[in-house]
Amino acid sequence: MNWQTLHTYWQKLDLPNRPILAACIILGMFTLAGTGSVGVVHFLTENRIAHIERETLMEAITTLAPPHLFDNDLLADVVWIKSPLLGSDSAQPVYRGRLGGQPAIAVFSPVAPDGYNGAIRLLVAIHADGRLAGVRVLAHKETPGLGDPIDSSRSDWIKQFAGLSLDHPAASRWRVRKDGGDFDQFTGATITPRAVVKAVHQTLQYFAEERSRVFMTAQSQEDNQP
Amino acid sequence: MISRETLAPYIKIACDGLWHNNQALVALLGLCPLLAVSNTAINSLGLGLATTVTLVISNGLVSVIREHIPSEVRLPIFVLVIASIVTVIELLMNAYFHGLFTVLGIFIPLIVTNCAIIGRAEAFASRHPPARAIADGLFMGLGFTLALVVLGSLREIIGTGSVLSHAELLFGDGARTWQMTLMPEDYQGFLLAILPPGAFIGLGLIIALKNLVDGWQKS
Repeated sequence: MNWQTLHTYWQKLDLPNRPILAACIILGMFTLAGTGSVGVVHFLTENRIAHIERETLMEAITTLAPPHLFDNDLLADVVWIKSPLLGSDSAQPVYRGRLGGQPAIAVFSPVAPDGYNGAIRLLVAIHADGRLAGVRVLAHKETPGLGDPIDSSRSDWIKQFAGLSLDHPAASRWRVRKDGGDFDQFTGATITPRAVVKAVHQTLQYFAEERSRVFMTAQSQEDNQP
Repeated sequence: MISRETLAPYIKIACDGLWHNNQALVALLGLCPLLAVSNTAINSLGLGLATTVTLVISNGLVSVIREHIPSEVRLPIFVLVIASIVTVIELLMNAYFHGLFTVLGIFIPLIVTNCAIIGRAEAFASRHPPARAIADGLFMGLGFTLALVVLGSLREIIGTGSVLSHAELLFGDGARTWQMTLMPEDYQGFLLAILPPGAFIGLGLIIALKNLVDGWQKS
């Protein structure tokens, strides 16, 4: 059937609402073309975007966990952990770095749910002995100029966590100064640093309680299945 | 040689877009993204440029299809076209200009909410040939960018005492030194300017200034 016969067929049809039907068909064709082109572009860019996101994540991780600390494929050695201490209802990835098969470093991606403008996504790297290798902010929506000094591109505030651990400083000092702790708040913004300090502290608590589970390999996980 | 007559409509389009019918200052369209990201000059420039690109492409496409769509369904079709363009731009930028995407990424979904874009599609592009529609998109976008950058610079200077901070996000590492401190060393910053109320007050002042200039021209 060619276009001409289709057109004559259409003309012969006895339809009361021909213009409305025509409008519907045209709208439908645009919907198909629009979603189709988005689909095609998505298909063409999907792999590249996934690759870039992986590289960006790896870059962020290597600023916290220098490559000499581990010799495995850290991004592939991942375990998904769900815990209220990590600030989310859904399982969060934990990347494990091992040196000569021995646990070396764990990179958590906890969420600080109580930021001023919603959740703050963090990257928290902890050495196997419980010392913090470092903390970075992955994504946040804090007020520019007020809460955004938590971002390492805006200030060095987040770098002070490196080297700290669960009992250094003592549990009562894991707070912003305004609450009697050791960490500076920002002028005009207490809620943001308070949320970050709390999230880092809770991640350390989780690590202390579940260290063996964090570094568990796929093999030992299977062994522990009931 | 381009004659005066062929150029005349384009000059009018340029003047309308940049001044007489400025989308932000006269039509008051696109206020949601305008007020949300105009806290620094660089953020403003980023959103402005992304909006301009979208406007040029959507105006061009709408003008090309304008004679083939029934008027009853033209608005949903414009919305479809604009949403598809913005999503495609977002995906392409993420894949090929990732550095720029990490800066502008949050603004791009905001562009869909900018009613200036569907406004130009309906008011201009659907009634004019492609070349003029594209020129209209370009100048309306530049006018919007101009208003945004003025507002962003104003808020940044009053709010933090300096301007052009973090220019490296848009212009690469060479721009790291562009930041200029315009206020005295001990200036503490006036936070209200950076917060949302500062955007409304600032925009009001800029509109007042524009009306003042227009008034002088008339008398």
